[in-house]
Amino acid sequence: MSLLSDCFKNIIAKSRAGSPWMVHLDCGSCNGCDIETWACLTPVYDLERFGIINAGNPKHADILLVTGTVNHRNRYVLENIYDQMSSPKVVVSIGSCANSGGIFKDCYNVLGGADKVIPVDIYVPGCPPKPESIIDGALEAVQKFKLNQEEK
Amino acid sequence: MITMSNFLWALTAIILAPAMGALISGIDRKLTAWFQGRVGPPVYQPFLDTIKLLSKEKNIVNSRQMICVLVYLLSSMAAVFLFFLGSDLLLIFFVLTIGAVSFIAGAMSVPSPYSQVGAQRELMQVLTYEPLLLLTFVGFFLITGSFNISYILTWEEPLLFSMPLIYIALGFALTIKLRKSPFDISASHHGHQEIVKGSLTEYSGPQLAMVEIAHWYEIILILGVFALFWSTSVTAMLIFLSITYLAEILIDNLVARSTWRWMIAHVWPVGLGLIIINYILILGM
Repeated sequence: MSLLSDCFKNIIAKSRAGSPWMVHLDCGSCNGCDIETWACLTPVYDLERFGIINAGNPKHADILLVTGTVNHRNRYVLENIYDQMSSPKVVVSIGSCANSGGIFKDCYNVLGGADKVIPVDIYVPGCPPKPESIIDGALEAVQKFKLNQEEK
Repeated sequence: MITMSNFLWALTAIILAPAMGALISGIDRKLTAWFQGRVGPPVYQPFLDTIKLLSKEKNIVNSRQMICVLVYLLSSMAAVFLFFLGSDLLLIFFVLTIGAVSFIAGAMSVPSPYSQVGAQRELMQVLTYEPLLLLTFVGFFLITGSFNISYILTWEEPLLFSMPLIYIALGFALTIKLRKSPFDISASHHGHQEIVKGSLTEYSGPQLAMVEIAHWYEIILILGVFALFWSTSVTAMLIFLSITYLAEILIDNLVARSTWRWMIAHVWPVGLGLIIINYILILGM
């Protein structure tokens, strides 16, 4: 019986890791990270080969990709989108601004990183990061679905 | 006539249909990726997607939505069951309509404007393809003199030769039903996100998986209806169905998305025109 349930859990973990649908939120700044993120979806990098679809709807998504500086205004948008996603979910913070506030860190309106508002699982460094490293970050985040299963 | 073997065959179809539908949509995605110069997801990707969705947290907006999605799934299952039972085409048509209406009611039961707009567009789509589908079934009747599938399947020569124009018109109708471009306007199926996900916006996790499974049943039913056009030999039927579905994928990739106005203004006159010309040809023969 436990063998069957293990097998079942294994299938679920594999499915979760093999089909992470993404939603992307740009919190502001220069849009460099956005352009690199969208580049991942083009035929050149083709995120869909890993099963990643740009769902564009937080209710369908498993990964939240955050770019840009989080400020006092858009923190509510970020929180709202995160809350609308159903579990299990992971958050990938892309670029210096989303990781720590970047060069805008000391601005009066900047909170300094997406992790001040929501729990972030993976940080992708760079200003902007290359599409390769964004894909790497997303796939690293996906591995967390498997880990969560084992911990349970 | 319902016999035991018929019944078992229909039950097998109910179990195998979603797997076949998933495989077909997997091949569809792979081919689409190939057309677009991409690698594309593995063929078994739809299975992963659905298992993942089923295992996600349940976020149900309201109980009416849940009932609607259940009715949608059950009606498409019932339609496939009746089809493989060799039942009446009109009965299948009405069962399918219950599902379509329930799907719209589900999208309308939530306050989200995207879902509402999607529901309105879905209503337009249903309004566009239902007459064509019904008139196609009447076309089968005009030739064979029966609405019964098991009788139509015994017809000596392929029906495509006597109803080629109806086949084209049905192609229009079923492109709408398959949610293929240029008619994927209600659910923004291929990630265009014009109205987020349209009628699917408020579904999440297991409910979305149920909609997906219902869609697989519909794919099988649609291919079944196409199979009636060439039912004399199994090989010929499979080749014919592959060509039909390939044409659907090709059209999906070639054309941009239309608006609902364009859809009604073109699909009705062209579809109904083709069907009426074909009726005249049949009755004149």
